[in-house]
Amino acid sequence: MLLAAGNGLHIPTTEELFAWPTLGFGLNKVGLLYILAAVLSAIIWIVASRKQQLVPKGIQNLMEPLYTFIREQVVIEVMGNRPDALRYVPFLGTLFTFILFCNIFEVIPGINFPPTARMAGPAFLAIMVWFVFNVQGIISQGVGHYFKGILFPPGVPWPIYILLTPIELVSVFIVRPLTLAVRLFANLVAGNTLLAVFLIFTAYTFSQIWKDPSPLIAIFPFAFAGAVGMMGFEIFVAFIQAFIFTILTAVYVGESLHGH
Amino acid sequence: MILAEITGNISSVGKGLVYGLAAIGPGIGIGLIAASAIDASARQPELAGQSRTTMFLGIAFTEALALFGFVLSFIIS
Repeated sequence: MLLAAGNGLHIPTTEELFAWPTLGFGLNKVGLLYILAAVLSAIIWIVASRKQQLVPKGIQNLMEPLYTFIREQVVIEVMGNRPDALRYVPFLGTLFTFILFCNIFEVIPGINFPPTARMAGPAFLAIMVWFVFNVQGIISQGVGHYFKGILFPPGVPWPIYILLTPIELVSVFIVRPLTLAVRLFANLVAGNTLLAVFLIFTAYTFSQIWKDPSPLIAIFPFAFAGAVGMMGFEIFVAFIQAFIFTILTAVYVGESLHGH
Repeated sequence: MILAEITGNISSVGKGLVYGLAAIGPGIGIGLIAASAIDASARQPELAGQSRTTMFLGIAFTEALALFGFVLSFIIS
């Protein structure tokens, strides 16, 4: 209120922050960033696995711990140490790097926009995961057994099914993809808005100090520290959201593999 | 005599309330999850990795409710 009084501090609304002009060919900055993220994550995996050595060098050194992490901590821990589960390591690894690159664009200077903060991308990824876990469940358990395992889980007395079956139906087939998409999307919208507010506040207080130093000299350090701290926090959020998307995919596919 | 006057759109109050109320439950829930995970890994440090993975899963499921409120606050206009 102190600063908003007429001096021209303008906090952009969400619509302004997430609207981008089209670049032609139906492409805008968001689409361009998706393509960039896909190309980067393809290049980084291909280059890392092209000349595999026993003693890793260069980029292989960087990607091997990530591969080991996906394999040991995500797949074996969540889906079990079985050959049909280990087939999913490349899929989950690519998913992780793609989402990570998309998210990390939020803090890259000059780009400063995570494409996953637009709903289309997360929604597409969630629908893809929905198809993957359903098709995998039908393949490895058979149609009847798969749906029976979800809708009528064994080991409960039959009157419970009146309550349980609708809940399971909604939670598995509707809430799962919805939360998967909304979680990624909302975290990055919140992060991007937060960063924008802190950075605009910092820039504004810095530009006003020279004109009228009265109250702003006390606020500027806090705004600046907040902006820097939020940058670090957003890098953490980028990693954690990519990890959570990957591990939830592993949980869903793992349930389809083993039964409920 | 008018002591105080508030002008503006009442729906902005709704936006604030939606997110604020939606954050209460998940806030408590995430606190409980983290507390239990710390408890578990203090009792059995050899299972710390497993309990951390489970903690992230629990946080992800709980957090979804707060995020629904967050998205809803954009939808309300």
